[in-house]
Amino acid sequence: MPGVDNWLNDPLNVIQNIFDNSGYDHPEKVTEYFKEKLSSQISLSWIPSLNSTALHNLNPNSLVKLRCMVQDMYDPEFYMGVYETVDKTNGTVHLKSGRYQDVADCSPNCEVDFNGKQNKTMDRQTLYCVPIPGENTWVKMAHEENNQAKVIASGSTSAGRSKRHRDEDMMTEISTSNVNAMQSGVHVGTHNEDDISPRDETGDNNTETKRQRPDSETSTSCSSHIPNLNFPLSGETGPACIVKIYENLENKVMVNDVFEFIGVLSVDPSMAQFKATDSDGNTLLDPFSPGMEEENAHCPPPSLVPRLHVILANKLQHNNPLLPTALNSYEGTLVQERILTEVNTTRRNLVAILEQALFGDTLAAEYMICHLISFVYCRRDVVALGKFSLNLMGCPTKSEFPQLLNKLLQHTVTQSHFLPMTVNNLNTIQFAPKKDYTANRLLSGILQLSCGTHLVVDETVMEAGELNANGVKNLTALGIVVRWQKVEYDFNFHKQEFPCDIPVLILSEGKSLLQCDCMVPLIPCQSDASLAEKYSGIDQYLTPALLTKIRAYLDAVRLMEYTLPDSVQRVIEEDFVEMRRQDPAHMTIDDFHVLLILARLLSLSHGHKELKRDFWDKVKIMESERKIRLPQHSATLNI
Amino acid sequence: MSSPGSTPDSRRSKRGRSSEQGSEPPSPASSKAATPSQRSKRSDATPRRSARKTNKDGDVTSPPSQRRKVDDQPTGPLAGPLDAMVSSPILFSSPGAADTSKTGGLNTSEIDLSSPLHYGTPSSRAGLGTPGRPGTPGGGTPIRVRSDIRSTRKIRTVNLGTSEAGEPSRMTSEITSDTLAGPQLVIWGTDVVVSHCREKFSQFVSRFIDPEIEEDEAFDGIDVNEPLYLQRLDEVAIIGEPFLNFNCDHLHQFDADLYRQLINYPQEVIPTFDMAVNELFFDRNPDVNLPHQIQVRPYNCEKTKNMRALNPEDIDQLITVRGMVIRNSTLIPEMREAFFSCYVCHNTATVEIDRGRITEPTLCVNCNTNHSFALVHNRSQFTDKQMIKLQESPEDMPAGQTPHTVILYAHSDLVDKVQPGDRITVTGIYRATPMRANPRQRNVKSVYKTHIDVVHYRKVDTDRLKLEGDEAVDGRVVQLSPERIEYLKSLKESGDLYTRLAKAIAPSIYENDDIKKGILLQLFAGTRKDFAKSGRGKFRSEMNILLCGDPGTSKSQLLQYVYKLVPRGQYTSGKGSSAVGLTAYVTKDPETRQLVLQTGALVLSDNGVCCIDEFDKMNDSTRSILHEVMEQQTMSIAKAGIICQLNARTSILAAANPVESQWNKNKTIIENIQLPHTLLSRFDLIFLILDPQDEVFDRRLANHLVSLYYKTERDTEDEYLNMADLRDYIAYAKQNIHPKISEAAGQTFIQEYVEMRKVGSGRGQISAYPRQLESLIRLAEAHAKMRLSEQELEDVREARRLHREALKQAAVDPTTGKIDISILTTGPGEGSCNMCVYSCVCCQF
Repeated sequence: MPGVDNWLNDPLNVIQNIFDNSGYDHPEKVTEYFKEKLSSQISLSWIPSLNSTALHNLNPNSLVKLRCMVQDMYDPEFYMGVYETVDKTNGTVHLKSGRYQDVADCSPNCEVDFNGKQNKTMDRQTLYCVPIPGENTWVKMAHEENNQAKVIASGSTSAGRSKRHRDEDMMTEISTSNVNAMQSGVHVGTHNEDDISPRDETGDNNTETKRQRPDSETSTSCSSHIPNLNFPLSGETGPACIVKIYENLENKVMVNDVFEFIGVLSVDPSMAQFKATDSDGNTLLDPFSPGMEEENAHCPPPSLVPRLHVILANKLQHNNPLLPTALNSYEGTLVQERILTEVNTTRRNLVAILEQALFGDTLAAEYMICHLISFVYCRRDVVALGKFSLNLMGCPTKSEFPQLLNKLLQHTVTQSHFLPMTVNNLNTIQFAPKKDYTANRLLSGILQLSCGTHLVVDETVMEAGELNANGVKNLTALGIVVRWQKVEYDFNFHKQEFPCDIPVLILSEGKSLLQCDCMVPLIPCQSDASLAEKYSGIDQYLTPALLTKIRAYLDAVRLMEYTLPDSVQRVIEEDFVEMRRQDPAHMTIDDFHVLLILARLLSLSHGHKELKRDFWDKVKIMESERKIRLPQHSATLNI
Repeated sequence: MSSPGSTPDSRRSKRGRSSEQGSEPPSPASSKAATPSQRSKRSDATPRRSARKTNKDGDVTSPPSQRRKVDDQPTGPLAGPLDAMVSSPILFSSPGAADTSKTGGLNTSEIDLSSPLHYGTPSSRAGLGTPGRPGTPGGGTPIRVRSDIRSTRKIRTVNLGTSEAGEPSRMTSEITSDTLAGPQLVIWGTDVVVSHCREKFSQFVSRFIDPEIEEDEAFDGIDVNEPLYLQRLDEVAIIGEPFLNFNCDHLHQFDADLYRQLINYPQEVIPTFDMAVNELFFDRNPDVNLPHQIQVRPYNCEKTKNMRALNPEDIDQLITVRGMVIRNSTLIPEMREAFFSCYVCHNTATVEIDRGRITEPTLCVNCNTNHSFALVHNRSQFTDKQMIKLQESPEDMPAGQTPHTVILYAHSDLVDKVQPGDRITVTGIYRATPMRANPRQRNVKSVYKTHIDVVHYRKVDTDRLKLEGDEAVDGRVVQLSPERIEYLKSLKESGDLYTRLAKAIAPSIYENDDIKKGILLQLFAGTRKDFAKSGRGKFRSEMNILLCGDPGTSKSQLLQYVYKLVPRGQYTSGKGSSAVGLTAYVTKDPETRQLVLQTGALVLSDNGVCCIDEFDKMNDSTRSILHEVMEQQTMSIAKAGIICQLNARTSILAAANPVESQWNKNKTIIENIQLPHTLLSRFDLIFLILDPQDEVFDRRLANHLVSLYYKTERDTEDEYLNMADLRDYIAYAKQNIHPKISEAAGQTFIQEYVEMRKVGSGRGQISAYPRQLESLIRLAEAHAKMRLSEQELEDVREARRLHREALKQAAVDPTTGKIDISILTTGPGEGSCNMCVYSCVCCQF
């Protein structure tokens, strides 16, 4: 595949050719070219993914793809969009495109002319991206499989070596005690860079190595110097990346959006900010530099945080590797239809599994399915429609139930996070993101999650204790998420709201601290099997084939269109009036909202795009059953 | 590079380059052999005239995009004394000058604009020490270099000989003086003719009259019919602060061409303006000694108000951006002139900074020793510099994106003029410098660093601690375009504005029209009255509203909506907030280790609305602090040695559940709300939200709720006024309408009040106090504001109706004091029916 190699391994050359052929800067031609090359799924899978390939196995300046969430947006960057190079030997002037690269490149014996007449300064946006927080392992694996089957072996390094390196990289991040191993890891890393970037003078790389080493040493000795990669959830791994986007994308990107970027990888060591030295090697203290913290945050070494110059970007509706990215494409509808043919069996299986998981409680299992496929589909002034936060009451304390349930969810949904709500966690963890003005970046918090990330809150571990100021703030923030689906980011001088879409499942013994849309008290069925036995039973029942079906099912039905036909609307309205007449105290506006949203979710979970009469009736029965369970709580519940 | 061998008399060294050039022997500082040849090369290398002409013709109206000149400050090995001339980055955008054909007739020279007192062209004024009258006392004013516009840079001009005198007159409008006859200096790379520019600006200063001056530009003793800036200059002469701020908008009105030049070539034009002003000033006030020469500070230029709109086109142009200061650096002393002394013979030398670098003289002329110079720090001269980070103000931020920041450099007098948290509008020159690349690398980083050199600050926010702030100064002044105002006024024409506006509040909430009306009036607020002179103090204009009702009646949703709607809203929950969270607390700043006052929600919502949810869950001590805020609109703080009074001119919108969380029909209103009288009386309106329990109502409610789930957003948008319109309308009305009570209205107020007293004395009712009369007045005022008119009788009636409606007084059985739900079953918009019921109730008295 010589043609492929060219645009895959040396896209900058292709871009320069397009530039030369079209005479001047025509970014749309570049986009067109790559769009055409990548029109098929197969060619897409040729591109190595930054998510699953170790950085040193990728060629610098090659085409890569990256699945990530936009965590922060840095200031726009001005760069030389077009520049002249002068050949030192004969003085001929060449025009070069500066797009999609960090370093103004020129051939040997040439010099970049800063004051060239045809030079053009342009600007591009800089984004700080992190791997999708809470992404479950199966998603990572499946994406990797989709890709790796056809990936072109890029580096000469063996897999074993790459594995080791990556682990050690992780260790640098979380800073374990083994200094020696880690240092060698860093060394290996730079050495590899030498291998793959022969164009760089060796001298530079040596200084690079030297420079990196003290850095890593300090990172172990003093925790504040760990390069904080700013992941929303601690303990996550994966590549953080500084992504640079060009005109065609500006203003379409929002914080917390999930994207698949395809672009040129840039790992030039000179991108790392280091103390500028003049020709004699003396350090020039630049008093006007914005400060060390900011430079560390904004210009981390590219071996740790690579740069990606985006040519094509896909905003991802979902992150499910089992479904095609675009659901409303022809391919997408085919897959969706295929899933819908088996929807009933899949659903039955899922109910059975959830029933087992929830102590044999069928009603709770039904509610659970509805919760799993809920998402905010629309916002009316301040109301987020479609959210369905669930509070499972009557969970046993001091049991493994929350963990086991969470494990099950991890196997089925694409992104999830488990939050044990201990007093200590509330007091110490940062929930809402906060702007750090010293480093000029947004410090992430665990509530900075992409749309559709399930948050499982375990309230059973809560014990008596005192919440400090931070704890109160965190609890309020979580309450606002549950209630309004938005997070207030703290910008010190002011707060800014960011809408979010985080389905919250709260496991509690009694009534939760947070006001949920729906409370379901668990009623355990008499059963001799212990919790562990039940879950091991579930594990056996969940064959890989069934798992695949369930995974695809959950996301496919979630994203289906839904309508309320007129006839049913009238029935609903009649019912409301009727119910109000019978018992006004138990049919408030909020109750009605729950009914309507439940009807939507139940209908979708059965694969029906239209609400049918019988589902409406079923919803009413479900709700009345649920409410019968509530009375013992109702004195305090204010329903 | 100046002559290091010369005496430290700075003024001498700052004189015209051209005169020095010939007379001076190659100085030791520039002893590199290349210098003379470089110079001659440069003077030979006059650019192609044709190129310059096209430049002139084509680029008069638009900034030349080709001229994307970027400061190449640290270009690695190139940096040195020579490249200032060789690559001459800033203006000399033709580096190929060396190979251009030679043309006669044009001779180039450099004016050293580092001395703005080098007035005039080298030919006419060279050698004159002071403007106006050389040698007179006016010469006592020292010169200070303007680092904000980098006037230290040498500017090359092209002298257009008399032979071409006709040509440049094309672009001038009203130059009448004899400068036309003489040689004309055009600054290289621009179309700026120095003499014209100066002439035009002095005309502007001496002639411009603006009868409609903005308030913050006015000063004591201003006569709007006299030339504004001449008065300013007179003020300078008296006060002795040598700065002339001028509004670019004025210049734009006066001479659009000059304005364009200012925007496009600020670095060249501002020094020229300086010259003009100083000349004018010292002509008028020859005997005044100033700390230094007058510096011109333009502000309010039209270019780029929003930080997000900054793009490469703006580089080196004059821009105005607004934002919020988030960080200040400490003061950075920047060396302006280095003082060297020789180890061997103690011979001294001074070297001026040249584009961020100082070149140490290598050879001592006195004793001929190499590398014998040492820097003497305390004899060198420094200027102040400060780095400031400016962040996009929250209202400019697009939804879902994080704010941008930009770095500002403030120089000399502008250092420490702003504090973090200030909202400012900055006028300055946008700069870009390439990132310092590794000098040993062939490839260079292709990224630039950008910053703004501040020329002028304008603060948007007034000091919160200042109590004296009145309505004209407080808060942001909303700027609406005339078309927008026309549109807003046209809203009034379409009938039933009141209902439409009320319905626009939280359209997703069904009906509850009266509550929405109440909130609407709260947003408009009354008129602030000041009886301080008669000893009664100020009367608040803000209204407080309490919503009390059953759970599940969308109270929180209303609060959330209001919080989202108003520019300065705060949302707290009674449960999660403590007294300090609402008022203020003292913390220790980790950096400065000083005690810092952190303000809470009530202070932060000054001039806004503070929404307090779950008001009933709030503990009593927290609630008690509200007393002062809700009536005096201030907050007294005595903590950790900080004793002060903060403004909290906030409206409070609170929501509470009844005591038993469900409204108890068998209890009176007071028993159900159970809040202290003192607090209740401070609420202008108390709305009881009760479940009407009516089939017709339910049916409509069901329809409304279901429609939320299937209608698209566009459907609903047409029905209601959108949020932006509503917000602008309120802002406009608040700013421009200040209703007053008429005589007739006054009478009605009295009657209504008497009636209120009567009803209030009923059992279990909320009794009326004089405070309620005040609320009634406020409501009426707000209603008049809403109609964009002065007060009339109908406003009073509506105020009273709302007041009554709020408490459901209509449905109260006066004998028991309980609410009879059956009377409550009144549909929306049936006010007349309500009135009947009410009069029935009244009849029973």
